[in-house]
Amino acid sequence: MGSIGAKEVPVLLSPEGRRIDGRRLDELRALKITAGALHEADGSAYVEWGANKVMAAVYGPREVHPRHLQQNNKAIVQCRYNMAAFSVDERKRPGLDRRSQEISKVISEAFESVIFAEEYPRTSIDVYIEVLQANAGTRCAGIVAASVALADAGIPMVDLLPAVAVGKVAGEIALDLKKEEDNFGEADLPMALVPQSGRLVLLQMEGHMTAPELARALELGVRGCRSIYETMKQALRERYATGTGAEPQGAA
Amino acid sequence: MTDEVAAEILTTHILDLARSGRRLDGRGTDDYREVKVEPGFVATADGSALTTIGTTKVVCGVKLESGKPFPDTPNAGVLTTNAELVPLSSPTFEPGPPHPRAIEVSRVVDRAIRAAETIDLTRLCVTPGEKSWVCYVDLHVIDHSGNIIDAALLAALGALTHATVPAKRFGVRDADYPLEVQHLPVECTFVRLGDTIVVDPSFDEEQAAQGRLTVATDELGNVVAMQKGLIGAFSPEDITSIVDRALRHGERLRALARGSAP
Repeated sequence: MGSIGAKEVPVLLSPEGRRIDGRRLDELRALKITAGALHEADGSAYVEWGANKVMAAVYGPREVHPRHLQQNNKAIVQCRYNMAAFSVDERKRPGLDRRSQEISKVISEAFESVIFAEEYPRTSIDVYIEVLQANAGTRCAGIVAASVALADAGIPMVDLLPAVAVGKVAGEIALDLKKEEDNFGEADLPMALVPQSGRLVLLQMEGHMTAPELARALELGVRGCRSIYETMKQALRERYATGTGAEPQGAA
Repeated sequence: MTDEVAAEILTTHILDLARSGRRLDGRGTDDYREVKVEPGFVATADGSALTTIGTTKVVCGVKLESGKPFPDTPNAGVLTTNAELVPLSSPTFEPGPPHPRAIEVSRVVDRAIRAAETIDLTRLCVTPGEKSWVCYVDLHVIDHSGNIIDAALLAALGALTHATVPAKRFGVRDADYPLEVQHLPVECTFVRLGDTIVVDPSFDEEQAAQGRLTVATDELGNVVAMQKGLIGAFSPEDITSIVDRALRHGERLRALARGSAP
């Protein structure tokens, strides 16, 4: 994958089992989440995850645009995942390419699986994810940011949605790939977990894995998600545990 | 509104049946509909195939043109997959720009072909950095009775395995030659209906589904691509059992895709 035309494949795994940035196979990159990072949005969150920087905002429930998408028995969830032109090494043409549209679709479906949409018929819950700086795993960072933003907006959900990508690096299953590992790795498997039920609402995969490797990857990913889940809850606690100043937006 | 009520009644019925392991069309939970891959369906294409799964029909046409490699992959040819859900294939499709559904189909099919290395793209390079073949895989869904992803990949494989590189027409060589195909990935799609997970969903089952999972496997027993779609969730145990089922169905489907291959 991605190796055609590449100049040089870096050493991805040291003999001591350390990865390119010194992590072990089951270690996450540093994750920092700020709930309520924006003023205008009904809910928002900013995530720095390794070298990823992702902002998410939620508007709604509000009127549906375009109108014909409106559903009489529930809210619709419209997610837009977008990468800024400057977020990658070589400038990306602005706007939604096919990759972004596909990711937007699967993220919308993941959130619609956990939001109590039937409580807000004829409305739209709009989720915007902007990738400002990308370093592999941006859809997962986007989901983490968006789900904290949804909670910040007071949208009722079954649970938060922690997400992480598991991959295969130098023949080994590894958690939370960074860019070099993603480019030169042998597989990539992003997932989003509903911690309450232990079920996955987002799952994609590309590369080569045997069935036992896949089972191991799922186990590693679920464990990673549970750890990310704690960071997400902590970010929300910090946002709402001030006890000083004005009531935060969407806190009702 | 009447449409919504009718759809709701049908969904309830499908879920009721699924509870006792039955399906609307009489199939068992692990029964795949009859599959046919008919290569050479379109004479104007360099490779083509018509695939049917039950009444679902997808046509694939492969066209090769002389072009330039991408700057970041100077030693490789270019492969482009595009799927169109034309309005004639379903009352639910409307004309207009590509729907996310169509984009998902083409990207999931493309991912399987790329990850399995169906085509060795370096073999499509003529002069590094200068000239290469651009291989267009165009998919036309013409009758949508469910499970168009599996049908689309089977059609693409049928078309690629029988494709000819038009080297003479583009003055690259003196004679045309067959396109080399290395690996044959096949996709197998499942949907959740309550606690039951069924293979090869019909259109109505997709409407009733609480989650869809597509698993692409190659002939070496690897999983090469996956895509979860629709609203719903799967447990890791669900997923491992789906992968086992996909590997089993995969062997049979691959034989069909190879079919009358030389």
